Amino acid sequence: MKEEKDRQYSKAKEKFLETFEGCSAQDIDFTTVSAEPVEPLYTPDDAEDLDYTRDLGFPGQYPFTRGVYPTMYRGRFWTMRQFSGFGTPRDTNERYHFLLDHGQTGLSVAFDMPTIMGYDSDHLRSLGEVGKCGVAIDSLRDMEILFDGIDLSKITTSMTINAPASILLAFYLCTGDKKGIGFDEMGGTIQNDILKEYIAQKSWIFPPEPSMRIITDILAFCSDHVPKWNTISISGYHIREAGSTAVQELAFTLADGFAYVEAGIAAGLDVDSFAPRLSHFFNAHLDFFEEIAKYRAARRIWAKRMKHKYGAKDPRSLLLRFHTQTAGCTLTAQQPENNIVRTAFQALSAVLGGTQSLHTNSMDETLALPSEKAVRIALRTQQLIAEETGVINTIDPLAGSYFIEAKTREMEEKAEDYFRRIDELGGVVKAIEKGFFQKEIGRAAYEYQKAVEKRRKTIVGVNKFQLEKEEIEIPLLKIDEQVEIDQRNAVRNVREERDNDKVSRELERLKVAAAGNDNLMPLILECARCYCTEGEIIGVLKEIFGEYEEPPFF
Amino acid sequence: MGGMRDIGALLERFGEGKTAAAARLITILEEGGDGAERVMDTIFARTSGAYRIGFTGPPGAGKSTLVYRLAKLFRQKEHEIGIIAVDPTSPFSGGALLGDRIRMQKLSEDPKIFVRSLASRGSLGGISNCTDEVADLLDAFGKDLIIIETVGVGQSELEIAEKSHTVVVILVPESGDGIQAMKAGLMEIGDIFVMNKADHPDAVLAAREIENSLRLKDIPEGNWQPPVLLTSALEETGMEDVIREIENHRRWLEERDLFEEKRRLILRSRVRDAFMDKLERKLWHDSSITRILESRIGEVYDGRLSPYRMVEELERLVTVE
Amino acid sequence: MAKKIRVLVAKPGLDGHDRGAKVVANALRDAGMEVIYTGLHQTPEMIAEAAVQEDVDVVGLSILSGAHLTMFPRIIELLKKQEAEHIKVFGGGIIPAEDVEKLESMGVAKVFGPGTDTRDIIKYLKQEFE
Repeated sequence: MKEEKDRQYSKAKEKFLETFEGCSAQDIDFTTVSAEPVEPLYTPDDAEDLDYTRDLGFPGQYPFTRGVYPTMYRGRFWTMRQFSGFGTPRDTNERYHFLLDHGQTGLSVAFDMPTIMGYDSDHLRSLGEVGKCGVAIDSLRDMEILFDGIDLSKITTSMTINAPASILLAFYLCTGDKKGIGFDEMGGTIQNDILKEYIAQKSWIFPPEPSMRIITDILAFCSDHVPKWNTISISGYHIREAGSTAVQELAFTLADGFAYVEAGIAAGLDVDSFAPRLSHFFNAHLDFFEEIAKYRAARRIWAKRMKHKYGAKDPRSLLLRFHTQTAGCTLTAQQPENNIVRTAFQALSAVLGGTQSLHTNSMDETLALPSEKAVRIALRTQQLIAEETGVINTIDPLAGSYFIEAKTREMEEKAEDYFRRIDELGGVVKAIEKGFFQKEIGRAAYEYQKAVEKRRKTIVGVNKFQLEKEEIEIPLLKIDEQVEIDQRNAVRNVREERDNDKVSRELERLKVAAAGNDNLMPLILECARCYCTEGEIIGVLKEIFGEYEEPPFF
Repeated sequence: MGGMRDIGALLERFGEGKTAAAARLITILEEGGDGAERVMDTIFARTSGAYRIGFTGPPGAGKSTLVYRLAKLFRQKEHEIGIIAVDPTSPFSGGALLGDRIRMQKLSEDPKIFVRSLASRGSLGGISNCTDEVADLLDAFGKDLIIIETVGVGQSELEIAEKSHTVVVILVPESGDGIQAMKAGLMEIGDIFVMNKADHPDAVLAAREIENSLRLKDIPEGNWQPPVLLTSALEETGMEDVIREIENHRRWLEERDLFEEKRRLILRSRVRDAFMDKLERKLWHDSSITRILESRIGEVYDGRLSPYRMVEELERLVTVE
Repeated sequence: MAKKIRVLVAKPGLDGHDRGAKVVANALRDAGMEVIYTGLHQTPEMIAEAAVQEDVDVVGLSILSGAHLTMFPRIIELLKKQEAEHIKVFGGGIIPAEDVEKLESMGVAKVFGPGTDTRDIIKYLKQEFE
């Protein structure tokens, strides 16, 4: 009986292949956006040795390929978390109230470049950058204004901050603390992923070694005092935005994640004391199925390694929970309304891939910071997926697809290849120093650009279906130059009004601790509490830790 | 570009210490030809024998970082510094990506340091044909220390030895640089060897390897014995040692009058190079040579005439008395 | 020998998004130009000084942080101060259309928006500087 079936199958497949070969195909590049080849058809042969229990498991069960929770979106939707921040803390505070009023369920803070790089708003290097691509935060005072009227025990907040993450976390915790909310009642995320800064995003301050020390200090402090905080959001988003392929995003992100786990263990922490609070952050790029396979492969790789290589016992340590953002680099300045559609497809892939939270880009982001209308449409896109499309009804609906399963496995294997190469180079930090990641990503970015220019890859509205004369018809958000002036004055006022003797004492204590081995978090909290500015705290740490300089790589 | 091509005016502004004029004169030197000769005729008399240090080694050895760190230290000793960073020109596109500056950008804040990136352009090795001239110009501009940084590939190591008072060879423990160094002839030209990335587990071993092969060379007593140093440009360790050895080498040269001897050698090789350059250009543009070449190359192609017999024929057209 | 176009590619300000700058640097190199890349986080002073010392024909700036209205004019002013106003400045990044006009009135030679074909940049540079 089975033999007969097999025979029929082979015959039919043969016939298909024959006919297929006989027909002419369009002259199109049929690879993924990452230039990975794709077969025209996937069949049971491609999923032949798939072992359901071993490779997929049930949702909420090892190896979590199908999802980290048993109920997934039947239990609750992903968190709709629009990344936002601009101008003064007061400006952004108003935007947060607007977003919460429109049904957003979590906050996500975008900081301006001076804050990200550890400069106060009145520093010379901040000139022209204050409040431009995020909100300017100089001290606890600004954080208090940012969350004015928002109950930090009810909402979770994600902060996209890396090199100075410990300081912004301290500002946040003090803000809650002053309102009587305990550290253990506050939940949220700091990105705190310095490795990907060296690799892709390039917003570093200190060299790798002291940076890793600050991170392990945060891990230790939070596991004792801020148990609901996600201490590192291990990020592939920026790696992808810098031009990597999907496999590189997957492999480099997870390699970073494992490097943090190893650093935590090396610092004497029990893996299960901090691993449950690690989360991930991926990009949702153009290639629909490749993206879905990427998320599924990520969950499986993480669970396997955490269990077998790092000996995690707590099942929560095995869960790869992740936030997703649609790909900013795929948005076009030309015919910007098309970005709404692009973003919708990308968001859908993240949802089908089982994301825990999602940011959808606004259509105008290649032109400026998003306007209210644009950001509302972006949020509505998520709400549409959740409430209208029905995709949330069933968990991991694409599992068992020959294509998806084959692709998931292929990505896992290619990621493993990268892990081997990174190991051979001596680990993630060594590979960074050798420029391995930077060169791999740079090459991929240049190849893609060439493919676009040769029209092997299409960007609608840019290299195909262009408009002759295009008028941009969407309103843009502009940052008033007054923001910089106001913010400069604000930070100067803070410095005048506070207890400056206490400030110098606390900064000195921090400096001593930085030169030694004590956990820095309690000292940074003390500095925050007496209104030391971010730049002052960073300044003290720079004296001890020095500054990172990137080796040149192409 | 307005009067910017007016060499007379440029030289005048150069004399006033204007960076933009110096930089434009370097461009004219790079382009070669009559303009370059005119510039050289004026500035050569203004050179005062600046000390020239060559840095060479394989790509990725950390040369730029090392040069950057050393330049900062030399500045503390009141030197005014000119840095010439040479990167190869792509033989395919003719373009070049000059990235050494990334490492040295912080030096741009110091007006007493002049950094110029040169592409190797037509030169065969990794060094630009006009390196000497650019060094002269920086010398005449008041720089008393000229650092020439080049990738150690092809024939450039010999050239850099002819252009520098002291040659520092930078190696890294990875990828068997020691062996590479011996093959590439770097061993012959180094006055100081630096094993960079000292935190690498094999660094000490690799340094010893270099020491051993230096010992095998049996350098006669009384000659300069090249030291092998361990540094980490990234971690900023060992930099003082490099400075000290450079100064030692300089003193050693000076004490034996070799400094002047070396300068004579440098100038001699320059005159030869310039002469050969000119000769080469002259010969290739000679109409009778071109005519024979064009008319008989077909025979070489067909195998009727060996390339060497053809050379012989061309040679007959050139007579040196 | 044909004149080589020399270009300084720089990222002023604090944002670290160097994908565009690197892609452009590579493309210009492949088009036969000599490209001096200065890396990230450059102050206007560093960029102007480098441009002068390198005697480039043109400086290409990439800014995505929104600080373009501060950075571009500052660099142009510094070049002028060094008697190097012959060095032209062009740029790209996230720059709204109305700012493009402002920048051009401040003396910026050309602004390329997102999605620019690198061949257009090459064509422009060859036209202007070869």
